[in-house]
Amino acid sequence: MSEVCFSETCGPDQLPKVRTGIQGLDEITQGGLPRGRPTLVAGGAGSGKTMLAMEFLARGAAEFGEPGVFLAFEESKEDLIQNFKSIGLDLEALVEEKKLVIDYLHIDQNEIHEAGDFDLEGLFFRLGLAVESVGAKRVVIDTIEILFSAFENHGIIRAELQRLFRWLKDRNLSAIVTGERGENTITRYGLEEYVADCVILLDTRIQNEVTTRRLRIVKYRGSTHGMDEYPFLIDSDGFSVLPITSATLEQIASDERISTGIPRLDTMLGGEGVFRGSSVLISGTAGMGKSTIAANFADAACRRGERVLYFAFEESQAQIVRNMRSIGLDLERWVRECRLAFHAARPTMCGLELHLVNIHKVVRAFKPQLVVIDPLSNLTTIGEQQQVRSMLTRLIDFLKSQGITAVFTDLTAAEFNLERTDVGVSSLMDTWLLLRNLEHNGERNRGLYVIKSRGMAHSNQIREFVITDSGIELVDVYTGPGGVLTGASRIAQETRDRAETILRRQAVEARQRVLDRKRRALEAQIALLNAEFEEAEDEAMRELQQEELLEEVQSSSTREQARRRKADGLGEG
Amino acid sequence: MNNPDMQETAKDEEFVPEPGEFWTLKLYVAGQSPRSLAAFANLKKICSEHLPGQYSIEVVDLLEHPQLAAGDQIIAIPTLIRNLPTPIRKIIGDLSNTDRVLVGLDLRKKIT
Repeated sequence: MSEVCFSETCGPDQLPKVRTGIQGLDEITQGGLPRGRPTLVAGGAGSGKTMLAMEFLARGAAEFGEPGVFLAFEESKEDLIQNFKSIGLDLEALVEEKKLVIDYLHIDQNEIHEAGDFDLEGLFFRLGLAVESVGAKRVVIDTIEILFSAFENHGIIRAELQRLFRWLKDRNLSAIVTGERGENTITRYGLEEYVADCVILLDTRIQNEVTTRRLRIVKYRGSTHGMDEYPFLIDSDGFSVLPITSATLEQIASDERISTGIPRLDTMLGGEGVFRGSSVLISGTAGMGKSTIAANFADAACRRGERVLYFAFEESQAQIVRNMRSIGLDLERWVRECRLAFHAARPTMCGLELHLVNIHKVVRAFKPQLVVIDPLSNLTTIGEQQQVRSMLTRLIDFLKSQGITAVFTDLTAAEFNLERTDVGVSSLMDTWLLLRNLEHNGERNRGLYVIKSRGMAHSNQIREFVITDSGIELVDVYTGPGGVLTGASRIAQETRDRAETILRRQAVEARQRVLDRKRRALEAQIALLNAEFEEAEDEAMRELQQEELLEEVQSSSTREQARRRKADGLGEG
Repeated sequence: MNNPDMQETAKDEEFVPEPGEFWTLKLYVAGQSPRSLAAFANLKKICSEHLPGQYSIEVVDLLEHPQLAAGDQIIAIPTLIRNLPTPIRKIIGDLSNTDRVLVGLDLRKKIT
């Protein structure tokens, strides 16, 4: 993998290494196989020893300018050339360009009679000649153990093998020696005793009728290396090992937020949707609309002008496109514009690893910004939980490292265990949407929760999730005194609530009217009293004026009488 | 015709070369190593006893002609090849075990 820098891992303290060029193997060996030393590759029949060894040579010759010699004990040159042609390796061309020598040593054990002391000098001559002829830097001996069955005197063979490995080291040849897997030992004849520097074990297992291949570095003297069992694949592109996790968790965390395609869902996710490059899990039981949400993600990405890869493990492309059209999503348009590509495959079609590698390959080729895996749970049918988990870890890491947003749907089998995904992957996910069946009043309704969403404030509320002809709508659920209600119950409850409100309002209005009337009656009374009072007041005033007038009249007449009578002492006059 | 020696020692069925049948033998060695020399000496002795006048030995020194190792698929040194009579026989080692050499060359059926 060209993006990985090996110079850092090959410090002065580390062994000098030679890159294999095999995808993934250089990563887990942190730079390749030991340079100038033999490496033992052990495995059962058909485990891929020859494949690994030949690719080491072919890539060395083609990519790293290191010619190689393939010393074959089992297959003839013609067979090897023919076999590797099928995986796209043109050995013939390399042989013609003097970059590769394939030397087939045929040993017929029935033909050989041992009569006394011998050594394997002939083998050394042969190898030496081949190495010289192309200036080889790499050597493969496949598989040397045939010597043990060809010769009776194992003591000699052991001594000679020891000499052979020394011979290889002395000539600074980076070599792969293959060996047949033993029952209690790494190799049947204990080759690991001689090749002490680096031992790689290949294993083929059949689980649930599906073959999985695994690779483990048993030892690597003087170097750190990945300790796990790594699944590997042999396909039309040759050998590829899949590191279980990227060595470090150093993916770039984008601050960019992208819409889910459902405005109200964006609102629930801190108002802006999910982070670009994050992983989103949509889990729920059957028929909850997981794919619909996933399709919305895809549609939104296409609208933004991004590219989307949709891995469908349950439905065909045509089926998905048709189903989404019924809710107003036109995915076909994006397919036509080459923004959306479907990859539909039955999960049981091949092993988990092959699926993973296919996903890797397609993703690398299509370079999408968003990937949908629908559904994840179908992959669990072909592997064991641990395998699936490890595969997903690798997949998620891979997608994250590419900055690709990943949307996974997951079918939860049982209603009672909703907050547990079948493969236990939720911890790997950044955002987890749970679609839950809210059963009430003989109805199933969909409730949507945001169980978690790393790095953002997200809604803690349930939304009712309604799929209509025009797409997805998220509705607030009824959370009144009657509990959480959805669907028809919610509508009924809302209607009931509305009626109650009207009645209450009417009662209030009635009381208000009574009060009004009372106030008006009171006001009328006050007005009447006021009027009576005014009348009484008027009367009183009038009487008072008459009295005054009378009094004035009387006093003036008295003064007149006195003047007339000239009464004394009474006037001034 | 019959070797008096063989009649005395061998208990199993003897395979005596046909009169006039010629044996072509090739001995691959690597230089003048003690093992190479021993192999040649042992071969000479066996041939003179069992195939008097009916054999030829070609000695191929791989130190001088390493490319010749490929022709007869030589891995072990020394290797004796019986090219004629057919079928081809291959015997490896310094040929110190005479019984095994005789069996290997079809001069005796089985080791007693």
